[in-house]
Amino acid sequence: MAELNYGLTESQIEIRDMVREFAETRVKPVRAELDEKEEFPRAILNELGKMDLMGLYIPSEYGGFGAESSLDFIIAIEELSRVCIGVSVSYAANALGADPILIGASDEQKKKYLPPLASGEKLAAFALTEPNAGSDAGGIQTTAVLKGDKYILNGTKQWITNGGEADTYTVMAVTDRNKGPRGVSCFIVEKGMPGFKFGKKENKLGIHASATRELIFEDAEVPKANIIGREGMGFILAMRTFDVSRPGIAAQGGGLAQGALDEVVNYARQRVQFGRPIIANQGYQWTLADMATEIEASRALLYSVCRTVDSGAKDYSKFSAMIKLYATDVAMKVTTNAVQLLGGYGYMKEYPVEKMMRDAKILQIYEGTNQIQRDVIGAALIKEYASAKK
Amino acid sequence: MHVVVCIKQVPGTTKVAINPETNTLIRDGVEAIINPFDENALEAALALKDKTPGTKVTVVCMGPPQAENALREATARGADNVVLLCDRAFAGSDTWATSYALAQGIKALEKVDIIYCGKQAIDGDTAQVGPGVAEFLGWPVITYVRKLDVEGDTVKIERVFEDGFEKIEAPLPVVVTVVKEMNVPRMASLKGRMRAKKEQIKMLTAESAKADPNEVGLKGSPTRVVKIFTPPKKTSGQKWDGIGDPIHAAKTLVGKLKEQKLV
Repeated sequence: MAELNYGLTESQIEIRDMVREFAETRVKPVRAELDEKEEFPRAILNELGKMDLMGLYIPSEYGGFGAESSLDFIIAIEELSRVCIGVSVSYAANALGADPILIGASDEQKKKYLPPLASGEKLAAFALTEPNAGSDAGGIQTTAVLKGDKYILNGTKQWITNGGEADTYTVMAVTDRNKGPRGVSCFIVEKGMPGFKFGKKENKLGIHASATRELIFEDAEVPKANIIGREGMGFILAMRTFDVSRPGIAAQGGGLAQGALDEVVNYARQRVQFGRPIIANQGYQWTLADMATEIEASRALLYSVCRTVDSGAKDYSKFSAMIKLYATDVAMKVTTNAVQLLGGYGYMKEYPVEKMMRDAKILQIYEGTNQIQRDVIGAALIKEYASAKK
Repeated sequence: MHVVVCIKQVPGTTKVAINPETNTLIRDGVEAIINPFDENALEAALALKDKTPGTKVTVVCMGPPQAENALREATARGADNVVLLCDRAFAGSDTWATSYALAQGIKALEKVDIIYCGKQAIDGDTAQVGPGVAEFLGWPVITYVRKLDVEGDTVKIERVFEDGFEKIEAPLPVVVTVVKEMNVPRMASLKGRMRAKKEQIKMLTAESAKADPNEVGLKGSPTRVVKIFTPPKKTSGQKWDGIGDPIHAAKTLVGKLKEQKLV
């Protein structure tokens, strides 16, 4: 197939090819079953660990592959997502959980927590959302109070991806109620710490393979040494985490949309109605053309954002928000059209596109709804134009 | 421990055309893969290495220069050493000459404890090379292995048949041929793949393997292929409904058999 020249490195091409083969041979045969049974893809993640893919984004001094570019990890997410985003979110959420550690933890904390994540021996999760703190992350109610050499955590986190399955959690909790967002701190909490429990497992529209669960802290005891950075740094850590993680959601969208396009084109070439393959109809082709164009545009923007991140740019929140917004809106549109283009078959579970459409919806919601992304972009525009006038 | 895996590169499809003049397979333009049963053999060796630190895995392949790709894949999956037996003198070898050449190549390596082979190759389906290698080395061979545990100087093995399995113990060194159900072959790791790109493939010629030139290649091959052809499709035969009218069906059947002088 003709490809745009994105100037991929040797390792990026290697990653693309190996994950594509892995997704086709190891994930595709089980995706419907994982979806149906709402089963966590533990065996798949174990295998990805053995293939060095769990630690792509982790520096080699902490046991990772030490990829030179953020694009390496993005390509792995994209290729997995082409087949199943329930699996790819379980994979990518490890990075979300590990990002606060990578961004703000001490060398000692990194040495302790990153190597088992890099090998895939342990999984990570990121815990910010609460019943009253979604888009308004400042509304966090979970508290952390220092008592001797421990922080005592109380509160409930909800909709935590990899909840219950992960071993290492980065948890946001309020250490100073009077300071608003500046009073939030981030802690590394291990499964099994006293007072840390799991609540209900969510029943979701899509991404059934992923585990989404409540975390409950009842006088949970977390060592003082497990705070990342210092008190009050939590909110900044969360925002910086989203800057690096949002392109990952875009990669899920791009991969998913590409997977849906693959299904539709293959179907339309074979399906005969009125004496010819339905792909021979202009109306059909025009829809496919729009899908393919938007998918490629989404990929081009995503890869550009990654290169900007790699170049050491300080402020790329606007671009992370743009690509999260664009790629996931494209994914929703493409998967919805995919169901339509397969007609009655598209609605049936024998074909994968109904799952793709159900799965796609979450992409417009998690890691900041697409409305929040527009807020981020809008705020950046106001700031940029205001400072340009001076 | 030092274990050797013998692998063969085969066409990645069963739809290979046959050249009627030379009675050989036309391999041009067909993707080449590691023989699937040999992948199980490789996995068995790598799993033993994972379980028993200090184990070294050497993969040996006989074939044209492009068989290097199969050995790179083996390196990527975790093989420590790879050796390609590659020489014009080997061309046209049958299973006898191939077994001899592989045995010679293996003799050139440091002391070997176990040799793993796939139960057969999917192109020729002879299942002869594994046992042949054992014969040329003078070692015991155990075929159709689905489970193997090393205990001291012996191996405990489960050998599978259509209607059950045998438990066997054998002394080292030993040659085993493995079945598909033994394991699920791993995929290569990223670091392995990057390493394999740069790997220098060790080449052994007939001379460096100390193989007698009269025992390899066409000269050393007693097999003569008279003809290779795709068998004609079987027709479905005739049927008589025995449920509706059993007496008529039986009479017709007996009549037809008599006609053919079969009863």
